[in-house]
Amino acid sequence: MTPPLSTDPKHHTLSVLVENKAGVLARVVNLFSRRAYNIYSLAVAPTDDERFSRLTVVVDVESAPLEQIVKQLHKLINVVKIVEHDPRHSIERELLIATVKVAVADRHQVAELTRIFEGRILAVSNDALTVSLEGHPAKIDDFEELLRPYGIAELQRTGRVALNQLERESTRLHAVTSVRGKVS
Amino acid sequence: MQLNGGQALIKALEMEGVEVIFGLPGGAILPVYDPIIDSPIRHILVRHEQGAGHMAEGYAHATGKPGVAMVTSGPGATNIVTPLADAYMDSVPMICITGQVATSSIGTDAFQEADITGITQSVTKHNFLVTEAADIPRVIREAFHIATTGRPGPVLVDIPKDIVGPTNPRSAMEWYWPTDAEVTAGLPGYRPNTTGHPRKIKEAAELILAAERPVIYAGGGILKARAAEALRELAELVEIPVVTTLMARGAFPDDHPLCLGMPGMHGNYTAIMSMQESDLLIALGSRFDDRVTGKVPDFAPLAKIIHVDIDPAELGKVRRPDVPIVGDANLVIQELVKTIKALKAKGDEQPDLQPWRSTLSGWQEKFPLAYEQPAEGDLLKPQMVLEALRDSAPEDCIVASGVGQHQMWTSQYWTFRHPYTWVNSGGLGTMGFSVPAAIGAKVGRPDRMVWAIDGDGCFQMTAQELVTAAAERIPVKIAILNNAYLGMVRQWQEMFYEERYSEVYLSPDLPDYVKWAEAMGCVAFRVEHPDDIQPTIDKANAIDDRPVVIEFRTDASEKVFPMVAAGQSNSNVQVPDFQRTPAQAAQKETPQ
Repeated sequence: MTPPLSTDPKHHTLSVLVENKAGVLARVVNLFSRRAYNIYSLAVAPTDDERFSRLTVVVDVESAPLEQIVKQLHKLINVVKIVEHDPRHSIERELLIATVKVAVADRHQVAELTRIFEGRILAVSNDALTVSLEGHPAKIDDFEELLRPYGIAELQRTGRVALNQLERESTRLHAVTSVRGKVS
Repeated sequence: MQLNGGQALIKALEMEGVEVIFGLPGGAILPVYDPIIDSPIRHILVRHEQGAGHMAEGYAHATGKPGVAMVTSGPGATNIVTPLADAYMDSVPMICITGQVATSSIGTDAFQEADITGITQSVTKHNFLVTEAADIPRVIREAFHIATTGRPGPVLVDIPKDIVGPTNPRSAMEWYWPTDAEVTAGLPGYRPNTTGHPRKIKEAAELILAAERPVIYAGGGILKARAAEALRELAELVEIPVVTTLMARGAFPDDHPLCLGMPGMHGNYTAIMSMQESDLLIALGSRFDDRVTGKVPDFAPLAKIIHVDIDPAELGKVRRPDVPIVGDANLVIQELVKTIKALKAKGDEQPDLQPWRSTLSGWQEKFPLAYEQPAEGDLLKPQMVLEALRDSAPEDCIVASGVGQHQMWTSQYWTFRHPYTWVNSGGLGTMGFSVPAAIGAKVGRPDRMVWAIDGDGCFQMTAQELVTAAAERIPVKIAILNNAYLGMVRQWQEMFYEERYSEVYLSPDLPDYVKWAEAMGCVAFRVEHPDDIQPTIDKANAIDDRPVVIEFRTDASEKVFPMVAAGQSNSNVQVPDFQRTPAQAAQKETPQ
């Protein structure tokens, strides 16, 4: 059973700004692998500036190894900036799509569940329903949990993406950004 | 100016001040070898690509300048992976240029294709696959910038054949040379921090002035930062004793009254115990390697830690420092000296360090490095060979070593008086390092005598480079301590595997080292009797036009002591049998 993302204290969300150069994702992933750090989820996409991409990595560690991970990531020449998102002061989103095997008679229950969560029904067939839900990872966890008894045939989550909240800077964020630029 | 990519590559190396390339050509790198004929850069043709890599390292160790190696694609490139890993572990500035198959063939399993940027990702500081001829000057400049700044390390540049081919249209480019600002702008994620934080430096200075049992724990970073002079000024200013790790031998003179020598698994008793009993460790460019700390929770249990390193990831990686300082060792030490002087001028006083000094000198007296003389008719003791080599060499002689017992004895028994006189493989522990590394060092410092101290096991791994040395007239000197065994493994089997010697016997006379060395164009001698040690060394030292090899037949039963067994606490350091009884007595006396 998957532990709920947002309540596991060992999970930390790192937002890693990297140069858009060939092999950069391999460098990041290789670093995690060879230093024996666990990646829980990973989302990658170009930013508004075409020179850079942003990786949102959820890592599965206590806070002391986290410091080492951040420092080792900084040593990669193509890594420009790393921010740890404190879940209390950041906006986190994830997308889930799932196909649920459900007989016509029970279809309305899944449809209702999806409606309660403000999700969408993407496709329907005689014995199945494909739904999507965008939202906070904890909400996605709940939805997944409630869908499960109906029989999930296939499920895909994107991994989490995150941005800072607008109103105020978090202190933990400040602590991590203060090591910024001290690469060697 | 219109050039092809191959010409641009060689011109870029010239612009970076490269004097020598160690390499071996092959299909994919062939176009780059053509313009070498017209270049002032010296090329040294090695016999195996691993040799090129270790030569580049030896050159870098001895000169402080980045060593450059150039090899072809596929097997040429994979053969140099070990030297890259070695250079990465020991923070050696090095540039490795590899040929690659044409860009259109990449990913097709073409002849002699290897994904060398993928393979070397975790053993280089950075690597590049260049896909356009126009990128060559920029990438070479970035590679040298990365290799030589911050924490130095190896950088690999992979060059596909089509972008350097003299007739290939993809190779045509307009020459340019990027400015410093352009290089910096091109590397937005690379900003090494060299100046220490003033508040942390002040905290460090205050701790230093308050410590009663302080020790400076100097690492290889002192040499990389060219901070030997600053280190000496600091040590003398506060009269704090200095241990020099395996990578830092020569960073502080061994004959200085404050020098305690090498700590660690085979360090001397005083260096090891001084750290164990200290109340303040001032770690300068050192990284709390497991060979130094022994069992980490038991390492220097009473000590506060000041840790100065250019690499922020080293701070807190093994031991959490009380005062972490990110910065260049030279700059930080100079600031520390200034701050301490200012505090002293304001009236801050150090506690009396005399009791600490008496404890240390008591240990030095009771547990000097020592070995038993051989009985008449016995084989040579390796230590006596080293003492004779040391006493016959000029004091600025450069010494290289392989990996194993002979390396530890060399580090223990040589007297290093100058920085950059010790060339060895510390972190990776690469057997076969010494012959090519000594050749590289001699190429970089032709004015110096260069001795390689090697084991018989190590020598057999890279001896072919003596052909290179003979052909290129590089007069290095090699001492083989031939005990007919993989000695360090034998020592562990004797001590920890109930003397069950599994696959460690090599034979004293297969190969015949003298004939082999002669066949490679060297002058060669064999020494079996103590009386022949000195005259043979004198003969070898007099030869200056070709490589010399002396094979010393040494006693296989001789073990390296002191020793801290792997995973044990440094407090359980074992001294040789004949020192053991006083050792136990002394342990009761040690201050807590």
